[in-house]
Amino acid sequence: MIIGMDMGGTNIDGVIIEDGKILKTIKKPTNRQDLFSSIYSTFKELLGDYDKSKIERIHLSTTVSTNAIVENKIAQVGMVIQSGPGISYDHLACGKANAFISGYIDHRGNVVETFNPFEIEELCKKFKEEGVTACGVVTKFSTRNPEHEIQIKDILDHHFYPVTMGHALSGRLNFPRRVYTSYLNSAVHSTFNHFAMHMKKSIEEEGIKAPLFLLKADGGTMTIEAAEEKPVETILSGPAASFMGMNASFSTDQDAILLDMGGTTTDIFFLADGVPLFEPLGIKIGKYNTLVRSIYTVSMGLGGDSSIEIKDNGMIISPKREGKPYALGGPKPTPTDAMITLGLIPDYDHHKELAYESMRHLGEKLDSSAEETAQLVLEIMSEMIKHKVTALLNEINSHPVYTIKELLYGKKIEPKLIQIIGGPAKILAPLLEKAWSLPCYYPNNYLIANAIGAALARPTIEITMHADTSKKLLSVPELGHYEKINSGFNLDKAKTRALDLIKENAKSMATSSGQIDAEITEASSFNMIRGFYTKGKDIRVKAQVKPGLIQELRGDNHASSQK
Amino acid sequence: MLQAKNKLGLVFFPAFDWAISPTHPEREERLLYTQDQLFEEGIEDIEGIKFYNPIVADQRDVERVHFCVPHVKSRVTESHLISAGGVIKTLQLVMEKEVDKSFALTRPPGHHAQRVVYGDRGFCIINVEAVALEKIRQEYGNLRVAIIDTDCHHGDGTQDIYWNDKNTLFISFHQDGRTLYPGTGSIDEFGGPGGYGYNINIPLPPNTGEEGFLYVLDHVVMPILDDYKPDLIINSAGQDNHYSDPLTRMNFTAQGYAELNHRLNPDVAVLEGGYSIEGALPYINLGIILAMAGIDYSKIHEPDYNKEKLKQPEDITEYIKKVCEKVYNRWKNKENLYIKEISGNDYIQKQQHVYYDTDGIMENQVQNFKVCKKCIGLNTIDSASDTGYHILAITIPMNACSDCIDEGYRLYKNSSNNYSNVYLQDRVHDKYLASPAT
Repeated sequence: MIIGMDMGGTNIDGVIIEDGKILKTIKKPTNRQDLFSSIYSTFKELLGDYDKSKIERIHLSTTVSTNAIVENKIAQVGMVIQSGPGISYDHLACGKANAFISGYIDHRGNVVETFNPFEIEELCKKFKEEGVTACGVVTKFSTRNPEHEIQIKDILDHHFYPVTMGHALSGRLNFPRRVYTSYLNSAVHSTFNHFAMHMKKSIEEEGIKAPLFLLKADGGTMTIEAAEEKPVETILSGPAASFMGMNASFSTDQDAILLDMGGTTTDIFFLADGVPLFEPLGIKIGKYNTLVRSIYTVSMGLGGDSSIEIKDNGMIISPKREGKPYALGGPKPTPTDAMITLGLIPDYDHHKELAYESMRHLGEKLDSSAEETAQLVLEIMSEMIKHKVTALLNEINSHPVYTIKELLYGKKIEPKLIQIIGGPAKILAPLLEKAWSLPCYYPNNYLIANAIGAALARPTIEITMHADTSKKLLSVPELGHYEKINSGFNLDKAKTRALDLIKENAKSMATSSGQIDAEITEASSFNMIRGFYTKGKDIRVKAQVKPGLIQELRGDNHASSQK
Repeated sequence: MLQAKNKLGLVFFPAFDWAISPTHPEREERLLYTQDQLFEEGIEDIEGIKFYNPIVADQRDVERVHFCVPHVKSRVTESHLISAGGVIKTLQLVMEKEVDKSFALTRPPGHHAQRVVYGDRGFCIINVEAVALEKIRQEYGNLRVAIIDTDCHHGDGTQDIYWNDKNTLFISFHQDGRTLYPGTGSIDEFGGPGGYGYNINIPLPPNTGEEGFLYVLDHVVMPILDDYKPDLIINSAGQDNHYSDPLTRMNFTAQGYAELNHRLNPDVAVLEGGYSIEGALPYINLGIILAMAGIDYSKIHEPDYNKEKLKQPEDITEYIKKVCEKVYNRWKNKENLYIKEISGNDYIQKQQHVYYDTDGIMENQVQNFKVCKKCIGLNTIDSASDTGYHILAITIPMNACSDCIDEGYRLYKNSSNNYSNVYLQDRVHDKYLASPAT
């Protein structure tokens, strides 16, 4: 038995799944004032009389960290930033206090100038006077050589908690993002850990032995212990949970468009050969670009409650929501009104008169009947979605590449099917099918796709390996892993080592005994020539355990299509 | 978040799967550390800076500029077409006003590639800037363009291509040809009859530093640009004037390159040479990008930067001042010089021995420029190489008069018996003929 829960801004959704079958679902409003008790009471209600000893795992997607950032309920963080020469650093300031320190590491990881320990001691005093409790330390190119971050953390540890080091969060090269991500990690640390402690304690008091996992924005899970250390990884996991839920009811190995349509917005996702597309660097939260890996998602302002107007003899569905649908007492006609008019929402048939009136009124200016107008609304919606998705695909398919092979023969996403969830899914599916000439599927249990996704998501991990045979050093910053290599080390050995390391770590992250599908996502090796001699190899490998499902949903929950 | 004052398009294409040969300076590794530096600085997150992929240039684009012997397909690889396509993309972005400025960081470079191409010289086979610029001119009309070549080697290829064209002002400053490949680039190489005075060389002594380069810019390049008033300024941005470059002997710096681009204010920059891949390129490229985008570059310098050590000796400064004075006076006096050197001639001949250092080919050629009162004038190249070809290449320039057009076609028809290959480049009708057909 797996328990999956997704805490969103408005609702908490929960589900119990056993062997691909949904046993029970629940939906409760979120109490933003007390996130812990609202999730815990929902959890208890969901559990009801089920046998607690049968719970294998509990999966939780939570907005605890997200809310802390958005509502600015965060710790007073002091940032220690070593930027060296390059772009001037003023824009990196974030948080309560910032110290830009001396010292410098170059792109090869060479220490060009050491930092001054007295400078760090001085800034500790200053930080304390300013009320700083937590710290982050980030140096430029710390992913190539973390020694300054480690040494500075040793000093900061005497005075502050926690101290986040930039290289521990991601092996990717992007200094500003590493600064922001480290800042956010320290900022939400105490809020998240407070929540985690309550959660663990309560589960223990219930006598539940099952491990607790947290959802990440990349559609995977992490253990609660890992999340306590890197709480920033739990931000914005909601869309990823929905996405995994859609995947659970219909998995494919093809390129696909996934749509989640709500009242105000439609979230757009893509699959490439059945694997979710990721943000190239990481997700953005508030004004901060981060290195938190995330599923690529774009939200467009179009939903069942979008308001419709006629301008210059044309129909415009505005990206704004001005209230409820007209039929339900709102101010403006909406797509929901169009659907009610056409008798497509049986539950709302008793509101048909008002809906009809709103469509008739709109139609007057277009010289068409209420039914024709309602039909037009749906067609325009499907065209708007197509237009947006096409633009996104163009952008995605022209992402920068760096080799001749990729430029000439690189993978382009060419969707072969569409999947849609949300209120209007069933109604829009045939229109989308027509507009794209592609099959469009919709699952029946879309209302709690997010909780299903949370329940069935598997652990994910990504590592960035760099090996320099002239320095005889192999490093994987996000694992804190550094090892000696000999001059015979090569790309094949690096790939094997990366897969081994990722499996070791995935095992410690997951308690499930399932197979770990690690794969290499990028691999390159450059001969380093100095003068006319080969001095060594510069090898770069990225490997991942991609998002996936513990099990697929069966039976009634499978997605259906018109075809 | 940082915001660029000028919207900047970057075509960053390091061609990580291409090299001339495994240990050649023009190898896979060349832009690896530049990429690391740009990624780590977070260039891609700066608002107003956007990365674009190159397009792939085609055979026709090459034939507008070059006579490849025997034909394009035999000389030019995909990597060259992509490098030229990268420059085409940067020019298109600016012409379409999608960005204010753009920078092509593509390889291989192109500024040693001349009109006739038997092979690779100075790591170049096709002149990527010229190929791109002539495509743009074909589409947008005959723009007035200034190409400022800041590579340490003389841009002899670009000089050869625009020798007879006053719509393209070519200014190259470089380490004196008496001390460095390719040996050309003296002050008296001043252009053919159709472009006399619009080919300007500023040979600089070894050990020229920041002071000298910026002096040249302020006292020669900028005043000439003020006179010329181009529609478009292109910086042929070689980076081998750097003090750490392994192939040259100059003392320029990353900060200096940034300052130079700030003052020059080019619309488009194109990477040319530069082979100090670890110690110079990451910092110079970052500097050029920031300067073009209008972002503070004052904190850029190399790890081993030492202002005192790089200070320019006094005698060098004095020498450079004299060179600058001479060059600028010739520019101001070009009409009189034309009367002295060109007027009264029906044809002007130019003889060249061209050595293809990368491929080890020797070429002898005679270029013949008609002095036409109605247009820029028909011109021909009679060229033989030690690879066994003897060719005649005829160019009918853009805006040629009908007499020159007719003469060009007549020549093409009547010459085939005397040469292994005859080519006709008709820029008026954008046509290219080859005999025997390719």
